[in-house]
Amino acid sequence: MISTARVIGMGMVAIVALLVMVQARASDADSIVHQGNGKGAPPCLACHGANGEGQAASGNPRLAGLDAAYLRKQLEDFTNSSRTSPVMQSTASALTADERNALAVYYSKLPIPSSSTVPPTDQDAGGELATRGHWSQQIPGCVQCHGPAGTGVGANFPPLAGQPAIYIEAQLKAWQHGTRHNDPLQLMQHLSASLSEQDIHDVASWFAAQSAVAKGATP
Amino acid sequence: MNRRIAVAALIIAICGLNGCANKSPAAPMASVVPAASIAKTDAAPAFAPPSEKKIPDGPLGDVIRRGRDIFIDTPARAKAYVGNGLSCSNCHLDAGRLAKSAPLWGAYGMYPQYRKKTGEVNTFGERLQGCFLYSMNGKAPALDSAELVALETYAWWMSQGAPVGVKLAGAGYPKLADPALKIDYSRGQTVYEKNCALCHGSDGQGQQVAGRNVFPPLWGPQSFNWGAGMHQVGNAAGFIKANMPLSRGGTLNDRDAWDVAMFMDAHERPQDPRFTGNVADTRHKFHDTPDSLYGVSINGHLLGEPTAQKSAYR
Repeated sequence: MISTARVIGMGMVAIVALLVMVQARASDADSIVHQGNGKGAPPCLACHGANGEGQAASGNPRLAGLDAAYLRKQLEDFTNSSRTSPVMQSTASALTADERNALAVYYSKLPIPSSSTVPPTDQDAGGELATRGHWSQQIPGCVQCHGPAGTGVGANFPPLAGQPAIYIEAQLKAWQHGTRHNDPLQLMQHLSASLSEQDIHDVASWFAAQSAVAKGATP
Repeated sequence: MNRRIAVAALIIAICGLNGCANKSPAAPMASVVPAASIAKTDAAPAFAPPSEKKIPDGPLGDVIRRGRDIFIDTPARAKAYVGNGLSCSNCHLDAGRLAKSAPLWGAYGMYPQYRKKTGEVNTFGERLQGCFLYSMNGKAPALDSAELVALETYAWWMSQGAPVGVKLAGAGYPKLADPALKIDYSRGQTVYEKNCALCHGSDGQGQQVAGRNVFPPLWGPQSFNWGAGMHQVGNAAGFIKANMPLSRGGTLNDRDAWDVAMFMDAHERPQDPRFTGNVADTRHKFHDTPDSLYGVSINGHLLGEPTAQKSAYR
């Protein structure tokens, strides 16, 4: 009887300890987001917004509601230079692996900001590329992997809908130039090679104007 | 009775997985054509479908557009006839326009046609009914239903200017050369995990957003059934080689394409609607070819066997 009670007691202690740790991790992330980590990582909200909504004018992407595994991988990839950005490479490198993980989880749980803009139709050039592709160049419609209206699919196909046009353009060009090469199966490096400057501009503008919330549109 | 099935399955299994698999699925078809006529025939003519922007305005254009819309979003627009979440455009890429992906313009002018599968001459509309029955694991729309008329009108529009009764370059799926080495399930699994699981999932069930397929399931209850053309390893290998991974078509070698096609088609899927009540009998009647793994035992699982299907879905 005593041993059973002791086991239960130890179990309780372990559960409480775990809860405290989880709490500590969440507040770690919260504190890094608002104040930085004091070891070289600036506060995330300075560029990604108070609610992780991003800053369209500066091309800083939305992080709120993105897949945690995707965000964690991007932070790791900044540390190994398979994805480049002067600010993010130094920031990610100043974070510990635990901090990167905590931040990825933190942002994945923030609500996706709603959009008040009216999205353009599929008929314009950007919409056509986004929804139907350019098959003569082996380019499927972007939404065939990035989900209905580009709202994202799982850990490998991030949302494009509602991301700043400047950001989407910069990423497509980074793949073209090889400065970003952290894509599975080199899908984006190959796709982007066939895109013209105009294609990139059109498709980035189209996705930037889409609502970030999945609505079950045609994939 | 059980023993008989087991023996038959064993024979089939040995046949399916060993020597017989080396026979090209295309071989019987090709041998029907006399050698002399092949020599005389020029290369298959090329064809490019008209731009979608050329779909006319007015009532005819409306039906063409409706057919196009059904084609790319079949579960939403032909709901009553689709038993899984697949769309026509999952296997016929670019809304049925893409060469080497069984384009509509490559099929339209080849009907009516005698089909071994049905044992009779089928019209194009009847061929489309087969897609719903097998690939969509659903029900065949009536020939005069709005859905079938729209799909047929879309195919007709896309085929304008194409010759009738002439096999065009890029029609159907490419026929790969016979596998030089024995088709290998576990090698196929390795190819799958490296190249396919990213989108279709390691469990083959695809990925869904808001209840809709983004990446289609390749096997299991929401995939095409045992009567669909894609369950034939040769068809699947040709499609995969030409088109997968999406945007990287042509990057797998033939051996990888054969092995991964076999891996995909060696998984359980919905029953053939022509099921006679007996797997060996159904195989004998409809799948008597090394190109089909129906009724074959893989890793101790008799494919198509109803109780085994249930346990595989769990």
